[in-house]
Amino acid sequence: MVKEKKNKYSIIVPTYNERLNIALIVYLIFKHLRDVDFEIIIVDDGSPDGTQEVVKQLQQVYGEDRILLRPRAKKLGLGTAYIHGLKHVSGNFVVIMDADLSHHPKYLPSFIKKQLETGASIVTGTRYVKGGGVHGWNLMRKLTSRGANVLAQTLLWPGVSDLTGSFRLYKKSVLEDIISSVVSKGYVFQMEMIVRASRKGYHIEEVPITFVDRVFGSSKLGGSEIVEYLKGLAYLLVTT
Amino acid sequence: MKHIVKIMVLLVAISACWIGLLQTSIILRSHTWLLPIYFIISLGCYGLLMVGVGLMNFPTCPQEALLLHQDIDEAKEFLKRRGVDVGSD
Repeated sequence: MVKEKKNKYSIIVPTYNERLNIALIVYLIFKHLRDVDFEIIIVDDGSPDGTQEVVKQLQQVYGEDRILLRPRAKKLGLGTAYIHGLKHVSGNFVVIMDADLSHHPKYLPSFIKKQLETGASIVTGTRYVKGGGVHGWNLMRKLTSRGANVLAQTLLWPGVSDLTGSFRLYKKSVLEDIISSVVSKGYVFQMEMIVRASRKGYHIEEVPITFVDRVFGSSKLGGSEIVEYLKGLAYLLVTT
Repeated sequence: MKHIVKIMVLLVAISACWIGLLQTSIILRSHTWLLPIYFIISLGCYGLLMVGVGLMNFPTCPQEALLLHQDIDEAKEFLKRRGVDVGSD
């Protein structure tokens, strides 16, 4: 007789001014995870656009046991949003993803399947392999992304192809272990998470994901971002 | 062992080999002196090659934007009927 272990997946979605996207994301998650036990934990940082009102409407449709609204008073950063969300997690697996629809919930089954097949502690989505991809980046953006990736691979030997990706599935205990030792902010935070996990010897698997960047047009990748990235790399080189 | 220590050990090992080559003159002395420069230049070229190759083979997914649009329309329809406010922001 096979011992059936019941798995529950807690999806943490930090939001700030995502009143439309959060509704779309919730719909798509429910669409693609029909036979899965999961909950969505929305950590909203006091959005002024009424995101929390929309979440309450979604709770009426899908149930307050499936959609947990755990807000904070103001914008406090991504790392602390995950830590805050973690306190309310009742599953044994945690998924982190962005709320702006650059991460499509249709990949959630492939994350889950990969983890069940390999027993990995972390499954991370990668945009840079066959089967994955990015849409919405011009040549310059692709160049900086590729250059940054080659530099990071050469210096850090991280063992994953997409270091700054934030679409990941963690075993709950593993996420708790790593997040306590991470100090960076912004996207360097995501890099530090996966590099520390790699250094600690956790089993990491990758699945290809596609990334539709709808924000890129409005946000620029300027000199200060590049400096921040290089400083982050140097920090990770020395401290991990 | 911290990663930086690993890299340092590697560099020390390579330097030791280089010094060994200088002492024992297996290769012509003048060539040996230039080896570190060759090494750094090759590393740089390799890096540029990797960037170029990666750029040429950068995976794109233009069809995903269309699929996403369809998903958005489907979601809006469903949610509107159930009383969720999906007016554009």
